Amino acid sequence: MENIEYRISNIESRIASRLPASRFLLLALFSLFMLFALSAFAQEPAYRHFPLIGSRNAIWIISQLHLMFAAFILGVPIFAVIVEYIGVRTKDPKFDRLAKEFTKLLLIAFSTTATFGAIMLFLLIGLYPNFFNYMSSIFFPTFVIYSLLFFGEGFSLYLYWYSWDKLMNKKWLHITFGIMLNVFGTLLMIIANTWVTFMMSPGGIDEQGALISLWGAINNFTWIPINIHRFIANICFGGFIVGAYAAYRFLSSKTDEERAHYDWMGYVGNFIGTAALIPLPFAGYWLGKEIYEYSEPLMIRMMGGELSWLFIIQAILIGVLFIGANYYLWIALSRIKGGERFRKYVKYMLFLLVICFAIWMTPHSLVASLEEARKIGATHHPLLGVFGVMSAKNTAVNLIILTTFFSFMLYQRANKIETVTWAKKGKIAQIIILGSAAGVVIFYGIYGYYVPAAVRIGFSVYQVSAVLAAMILVTILSSLILRGATSMGTIEWGKMPARSQYTLIVLALTIVTLMGLMGYIRSATRADWHVYRVLRDTSPEAFTPTIAYATQMISIITFIFFAFICFIFWLGHMGEKQ
Amino acid sequence: MRKFNISIFWSSLVLLGVSYLLMKYVVQPPLPSSILAMYVGMILFAIFIYVTVEEERMREFLQPIRGLFLDEKKKTWQTLVLIGFPLAIGVYSFNAFSPKISPPAELRTVHPAPPDEYVGLVNPLRESGEGGAKPHEGDLEEHVQKGAEIYFKNCFFCHGDALDGKGHFAEGFTPLPANFRDQGTIAQLQESYVFWRIKTGGPGLPTESQPWNSAMPIWEDFLTDEEIWQVILYIYEGAGVEPRTWE
Ligand code: HEC
Repeated sequence: MENIEYRISNIESRIASRLPASRFLLLALFSLFMLFALSAFAQEPAYRHFPLIGSRNAIWIISQLHLMFAAFILGVPIFAVIVEYIGVRTKDPKFDRLAKEFTKLLLIAFSTTATFGAIMLFLLIGLYPNFFNYMSSIFFPTFVIYSLLFFGEGFSLYLYWYSWDKLMNKKWLHITFGIMLNVFGTLLMIIANTWVTFMMSPGGIDEQGALISLWGAINNFTWIPINIHRFIANICFGGFIVGAYAAYRFLSSKTDEERAHYDWMGYVGNFIGTAALIPLPFAGYWLGKEIYEYSEPLMIRMMGGELSWLFIIQAILIGVLFIGANYYLWIALSRIKGGERFRKYVKYMLFLLVICFAIWMTPHSLVASLEEARKIGATHHPLLGVFGVMSAKNTAVNLIILTTFFSFMLYQRANKIETVTWAKKGKIAQIIILGSAAGVVIFYGIYGYYVPAAVRIGFSVYQVSAVLAAMILVTILSSLILRGATSMGTIEWGKMPARSQYTLIVLALTIVTLMGLMGYIRSATRADWHVYRVLRDTSPEAFTPTIAYATQMISIITFIFFAFICFIFWLGHMGEKQ
Repeated sequence: MRKFNISIFWSSLVLLGVSYLLMKYVVQPPLPSSILAMYVGMILFAIFIYVTVEEERMREFLQPIRGLFLDEKKKTWQTLVLIGFPLAIGVYSFNAFSPKISPPAELRTVHPAPPDEYVGLVNPLRESGEGGAKPHEGDLEEHVQKGAEIYFKNCFFCHGDALDGKGHFAEGFTPLPANFRDQGTIAQLQESYVFWRIKTGGPGLPTESQPWNSAMPIWEDFLTDEEIWQVILYIYEGAGVEPRTWE
């Protein structure tokens, strides 16, 4: 400030020497005004304080809630359109009813999402004005596009909902509206992702942080992987939320007919959720790789530093998701005639899953007391050295995926009797394919210990390809084997014990917590930067919270979200009664 | 199982007990209690899943419990269980939470992110041949030799002559000096990272690693950069591990 003052007065005096007094007066007034303006600008605070809980927590809660609702209104339409399409193909009206039931919930959730978005925007402008100014200086054109798309999203949602009964005979048009809704939704997410990813891995700017290329800022290192990761995760989230809704309705059903409907709905939700869950770990690895390529310290901070403890919680949550989804399917075998034939496999699958999860959860470095460390005699336990590394984890997760796939396969053919002549050979071929995929996974998993990291990273590609190829081949074979199969009896929808429904609710709770957790990890990785290495967070709340603090916040947010979701479910329920 | 007529309830308990004892007393070196708790939790979870997957099995599992509490004649047993079970939990909790002499377990960030200026450094001695080519065998050997000398003049008191972290002074420090033969230390670090750790030692660790009273000295005041690279060559060679490389 002094500097500017000095310079201005310097200029003034130079000009003054050549100007008449009146002009000088004017100039003096003008410069005084400028000074005021400048100092007023300087007094504009970089941060404001949010009462009681502080600015950071306020933004944390609101943006996470906004994000979860956004996942809801992005994930559920994907689900709805797929289900509607299945309904058209199979000519089974219950699919249409399911899709419609969910679109109704969307309407309520849509406005809630928008409200949280608006609150988040106000809070950002009010609490973090500097940061918001900077983001606007980079991304303003995208803000405009975003608002336009938002209209598109809103209108296509209303079109989709209100034209439902009218277009019963023109399903293709109605599904087109549904697809439009999804296109708008996905574009919205992709644009919002540019802002978030820019904060983590900024691009398209010069040394001072000024914009050089908007496209460079948009297409930064983590943008595409986050787009994909979030897209898949939203489907997964949508599926499990649908499952929870169905469970809630199942448990409060009064008639067998209702129970049958909601049991079936829960099954569909769980199916879509789990199907989307399967590719998620791969998308996650890709994101990690991209972060690493952008900045090594960023990656080390995330995976090796204090945040790494949270990855143990992540492993546990993912474990609950996979085991829970399998558990649900295993219970479901009991409501299918013929399902009992496959029960004997359950214990082997469970055994495999548990072993894999024990490995998957084993941390790399350990929490040990001094005494224990002395007994171990080193900073690392040899067992953790074996289980804690990438080779072991990749192997475990691939086997988990194969097992889950196998569960689905058994479920699918639980009540079927194959009629094709080569059924036996076909089944043996399937076993061989799955077995050799597992073999490839285990082989490279073990081999990975004997080669340097650079080579090892390539191995995960072989493992993943083997698993994917096996799943595709086996699915094709299955559909051929089951062609013309006779049925041992229909599925007795509604004959599920209550615990299966609670499992669905646990799955939804878990995926929401997981989203909160991973969102926190990704944001906290930046440490005290608003925009990594460009704009520093100098607010008093720039510290990295302790693990306990962070997990408590995440739990509170999960709780609030479910309170809202219950309210929405309840509203949906109430609307129906009238 | 049916043949011996052991109900699933008791066989589950036995499974839990045996696996606990195995992990607690047979696995060597002993597992830290945090890991043990995690594994036991997994087993409990697995039993829960296994039992509740099928209706009949669940009924069978609950049978002994039902049998105990619904039987009028088993009053004494009921009383014993109702007193003994909470008591056992109480004793366990008391033991778990009562203050101990040894300091509590800490969440240590063993490998925090290095400062920027060290990221991506390559060991010049591995590249020092003419025109950036690999060094002649002789050169590298010489450097390793020098590194060994440096190691035995400076480091082996703590890190041990077998590079296993069991030097003479080792017992006196918390955390213990790093064991270079362990997969979890230099084998999974890049040379640039090791360079940083040797150069700035314990005090050079960032705040995120605190509380961390590392005894690892700052070596930049005593060793030249080249000497540090030499000793790095030696510790990898001596421990028989390769530095981590990415992509
Ligand atoms: C006074 C004892 C002492 C001496 C002498 C000593 N160190 Fe250490 N060193 C430690 C301790 C304790 C640790 C573990 C704590 C830490 O990482 O800071 C350690 C850690 C290390 C690490 C980090 C390993 C990892 O996994 O992060 C390296 C590398 C290392 N020392 C190399 C050396 C070298 C090379 C020398 C000789 C030039 C040396 N140390 C001398 C005590 C010592």
